[in-house]
Amino acid sequence: MSALNKKNSSNRSQTEPAFVRWLLIAIAMSFLTLFLALPLAAVFGQAFEKGLTVYLDAIREPDTLSSIKLTLITAAVTVPLNLFFGVTAAWAIAKFSFPGKNLLITLIDLPFSVSPVISGFIYVLIFGLQGWLGPWLQEHDIKIVFAVPGIILATLFVTFPFVARELIPLMEAQGKEEEEAALVLGATGLQTFFLVTLPNVKWGIIYGVILCNARAMGEFGAVSVVSGHIRGMTNTVPLHVEILYNEYNYSAAFAVASLLAFLALITLAVKSVAEWKVRQQFENN
Amino acid sequence: MQFFKRHNNVLPGFGPTLGFTVFYLSLIVLIPLSALVFRTMGLTWGEFLATVTAPRVMASYKVTFGAAIIAAVINAVFGVLVAWVLVRYRFPGRRFIDALVDLPFALPTAVAGITLATIYSPNGWVGRYLEPLGIKVAFTPLGIVLAMTFIGLPFVVRTVQPVVEEIEVELEEAATCLGANRWQTLKLVIFPMLLPSILTGFALSFARAVGEYGSLIFIAGNMPMVSEITPLLIITKLEQFDYQGATAIACVMLLASFSMLLIINLLQKWSRRYAE
Repeated sequence: MSALNKKNSSNRSQTEPAFVRWLLIAIAMSFLTLFLALPLAAVFGQAFEKGLTVYLDAIREPDTLSSIKLTLITAAVTVPLNLFFGVTAAWAIAKFSFPGKNLLITLIDLPFSVSPVISGFIYVLIFGLQGWLGPWLQEHDIKIVFAVPGIILATLFVTFPFVARELIPLMEAQGKEEEEAALVLGATGLQTFFLVTLPNVKWGIIYGVILCNARAMGEFGAVSVVSGHIRGMTNTVPLHVEILYNEYNYSAAFAVASLLAFLALITLAVKSVAEWKVRQQFENN
Repeated sequence: MQFFKRHNNVLPGFGPTLGFTVFYLSLIVLIPLSALVFRTMGLTWGEFLATVTAPRVMASYKVTFGAAIIAAVINAVFGVLVAWVLVRYRFPGRRFIDALVDLPFALPTAVAGITLATIYSPNGWVGRYLEPLGIKVAFTPLGIVLAMTFIGLPFVVRTVQPVVEEIEVELEEAATCLGANRWQTLKLVIFPMLLPSILTGFALSFARAVGEYGSLIFIAGNMPMVSEITPLLIITKLEQFDYQGATAIACVMLLASFSMLLIINLLQKWSRRYAE
């Protein structure tokens, strides 16, 4: 298919005149420069505006360090949980047929279509002081909302679909012949999963995990609602960026923001590689 | 055959994996979301209606949905162009730019928000050239459109791109043989094939923009009646401990997202049927 495309792209009737091509490329690139490249450059430009010392001081500041720690903890809890969920859900959905399968897939995707503000708000409605479990939790002195557990719950919600939605189509496309062969040859269920299925979907998992992690570390709206913004206690990195920015401490805000932008660049790089590998696998099948 | 239907799958683990999936889904997603619906039911119909149609709330819908439509239209136009250019043309840096398109998915919204607000503020990188022209972007509804365009940018590109890749060259050749010029081929053969995916991308971009919060609050200015978005209004109510108000407005937003989800699913079905 792509070889055909390439051969034909030289055919004059199958493509636009050269000046139209270059004009379209120029318009598309200007649009992307204005909307993507410029903001990306601006993050780093603003972060280093006052020099490396100011940059490093902003990052070494105790409140920043504690926000980094909280963000790492949040990702360390949410990503493995949603990874485990994604793999089990993909196994059930891709390898078996049962009634209500499409509904289940739609429900798994649900968190993507809910506003981040609502994703945080629903946990306040359950665990907050005026919430369903609020009075009971207060009696037992358990804090969920405006504390770390709330942040983790809200992050779990917004990053819920990432691994599952990547793995389901991939595992469906791979069918189950290889697993069946392994079982017939005497492998146990777990052996089959770890030695046959897992290597086949490795890049799909990496793809899902890297996106899940990016969102877990970068989520703002949902976490903002449940965090209570207690400095040095319940501030994640994105929330800390907001505080610094609202205090007109722009260089510090952008210095901390540049860490997240750097994470975004790594995410894009890993994602591109994983996407390419998954594509190769699809074509080999 | 019918008799073996239940047993024709030798793979193990169906019960436990499906059980865990449903359990975890209920715990993290379904029960918390239903809390919102149940809390709304605690309001009388009159209270609910009065809250969600108050002038300030109505103004926020207008800003949110209006800006989201404009941003989705911009993304539909440029998204098709970018997808076309990335698939059909060869030029230096193409793969790098292809990867960069996903930046709005990867860059945390708060970072996008403070960056756009800074670039487009009157003395920012771009704002300083717009200021003499009398164009104010930051802290106006125009800024909301701008940020919504940023966060929705990948959707149209990523839904249209695979469809452009799948177009069979034979169709274009046939059109040429039948005497169509290039413009007619694009308009009458290629565009109809892309339309379902363009609409899907448009709807995805719109749905994302309507719920967006993080990248907007820094650039919106957040003036009640003028540039206040609905998600911010929910937070404002919450901060004033007006749980009922927040719940009612959140419920309206949730209904809007569910309707969008339904429309997107139907659009995707349509585009899949087209592909077959």
